[in-house]
Amino acid sequence: MVEPTLPTGSEPIPPDLFAHLVELAALALDPQEADYLRGQLNRQLAAIRELEAIPLDEGVEITSHGVPYTPAISPPPRADMQQPSPQADAILAQAPETEGRYIVVPDIPHTDLS
Amino acid sequence: MSAELCDLPAHELAPRVRRGELRAVEVLESTLERIRRVEGRPPSSAPYTPEPADRQALHAYITLTAERARAQAEAVDRAAAEGRDPGPLAGVPLAVKDIFCVEGTPSTAASRILEPFVAPYTATPVRRLEEAGALMLGKVNLDEFTFGSSNESTAFLPPPGNPWDPARVPGGSSGASAAAVAAGEATLSLGTDTAGSIRQPAAFCGVVGLKPTYGRVSRYGLIAFASSIDCPGPIARDVTDAALMLNVIAGPDPLDATAAAAPVPDHCEGLEQGVRGLRIGLSPDYFRVTFPDPASGGMQEQPIEPEVEAAVRAAAEVLARQGAEIVEPVAMPNTRYGVPAYFVVSRVEAASNLHRYDGVKYGYRHPGAVEDLRALYRKTRGRGFGPQAKLRILMGLYVSAAQYRQGYYQRALRVRTLIRRDFEAAFDRSAGRGVDVLLTPTAPTTAFELGAVYGNSVLMQYADLLTVAADHAGIPGLSIPCGLDGRGLPIGLQLLGPDFSEALLLRVGRAYEQATAGAPWRRARPRVLEAR
Repeated sequence: MVEPTLPTGSEPIPPDLFAHLVELAALALDPQEADYLRGQLNRQLAAIRELEAIPLDEGVEITSHGVPYTPAISPPPRADMQQPSPQADAILAQAPETEGRYIVVPDIPHTDLS
Repeated sequence: MSAELCDLPAHELAPRVRRGELRAVEVLESTLERIRRVEGRPPSSAPYTPEPADRQALHAYITLTAERARAQAEAVDRAAAEGRDPGPLAGVPLAVKDIFCVEGTPSTAASRILEPFVAPYTATPVRRLEEAGALMLGKVNLDEFTFGSSNESTAFLPPPGNPWDPARVPGGSSGASAAAVAAGEATLSLGTDTAGSIRQPAAFCGVVGLKPTYGRVSRYGLIAFASSIDCPGPIARDVTDAALMLNVIAGPDPLDATAAAAPVPDHCEGLEQGVRGLRIGLSPDYFRVTFPDPASGGMQEQPIEPEVEAAVRAAAEVLARQGAEIVEPVAMPNTRYGVPAYFVVSRVEAASNLHRYDGVKYGYRHPGAVEDLRALYRKTRGRGFGPQAKLRILMGLYVSAAQYRQGYYQRALRVRTLIRRDFEAAFDRSAGRGVDVLLTPTAPTTAFELGAVYGNSVLMQYADLLTVAADHAGIPGLSIPCGLDGRGLPIGLQLLGPDFSEALLLRVGRAYEQATAGAPWRRARPRVLEAR
């Protein structure tokens, strides 16, 4: 299996890519904080690059959970039953802004795809 | 100085309370008095100006629930008086890491974004502890969303101090849990471990911390960081208390499909069986650390602190004198990749788990006017999250992006397989090979000074180098105190074993505890208790 080449250089996350990530992450940042975060990300990637040197033969599968879920220790699935939550009011009470039993949000932006 | 009630272990307190010889209310009063003595000003999200007095105190509790604990203590005393069994942890003061939802309490994750959140339900392990008669004293500080190894990333400041030297960190992320237990502000604490967050603070604060096997304890009601790794577990002052607490919290839970259906043994039974005939392994890969050199950018290998290595080797000799066979060297070659793999796996899961915080359903919401919903998200999350949460979200998005996923995320998950294989080979006892448990240092150093590492997110993550491999593999790990360094700071040793071998780890820990009961370092008390 040929793995795609990863970005190289001292700054794998340049400012434009960082701005894209910040948009995906939905984070408003001030410039000073943005500089710090981008610098730290690039340093962390330098550490992560150590993984590239590890020889991984075809037989090395991924591990999504350390402990294998054998039939002996896997709980049976719950019955697929709909039931009303007894805590609907308590949960709604946590919303920062409500109107009656509705949660209030600002305008939802729409993108015209036509 | 005679021990106060708040200094006694759960396995002494609970039987006396159950027999009606001691009132739970008295235990509570003793603990509240200790809190008044050592706690200092409460942590807050208000703008923080450090004061010299802050470094004389612990600042462990974000929320103190003394009235809840008092009602529980009175119920326990009533049950005992009426001849009903108030439970195996009757009257035992408990501090809960503020990453667990507890109905009716602020459940903040030490983040501004959850500061207004009052949980409408209770996490399964907390519910089990309360049902067992524990007194829920409050919610203790941590690194924001558990993101750190020093407790300094909390949004609630002052950060907790180390009871042995409050100018130093208690470790993290369950830092205030370990500090509170060490100083008698609680007898037990419920922590979580994703890269070492129970074991490393236990080592730094001179207490016992157990990360159970993944799935041994339900995660229902735990505010998620990395869902494939997060493990709730006990922090206690001795091994017997950790066993007692694990008995209560372990086991299947219909509310968490990843809680294993494996039977739960009585972890207190067999605790005193000793180590004769056990094979205990030492690995050179746990006596050195490989980490990025800030100056050159390259990787640098260096031995762990000599005093830490010496204490762990001395512990091996103690166990050998008790009849264990010490096996050395056990090769664990992939240990060094634990942190780089964790940088990828945990970030992807964290980014996914943190998407739910948007200022709409619960928690903090940007208070000003905004043009639309996207702007509300950005402003809420920009103000609500601290820098460590932001770093994890951004890195998680980057390494899971379509063009890099194969090279980063898939590769990290495959490296995790190699780490798991190291343990499977080490614990393979077929044909007379392998070891029953591994004995290692818990952390490469003792507690460092506040501010010494915070801000360098790479170096901070490497504080977990000796603990994170067990998290990747899902296996259990136990940290227990094994001495003090030249500055009087606690040193922790770590015992690692195969899946669901908690009882064996506790048994080895207990044997060590008994063999060193008379050691001079065991008489030392945290400075915060001596100075006042």
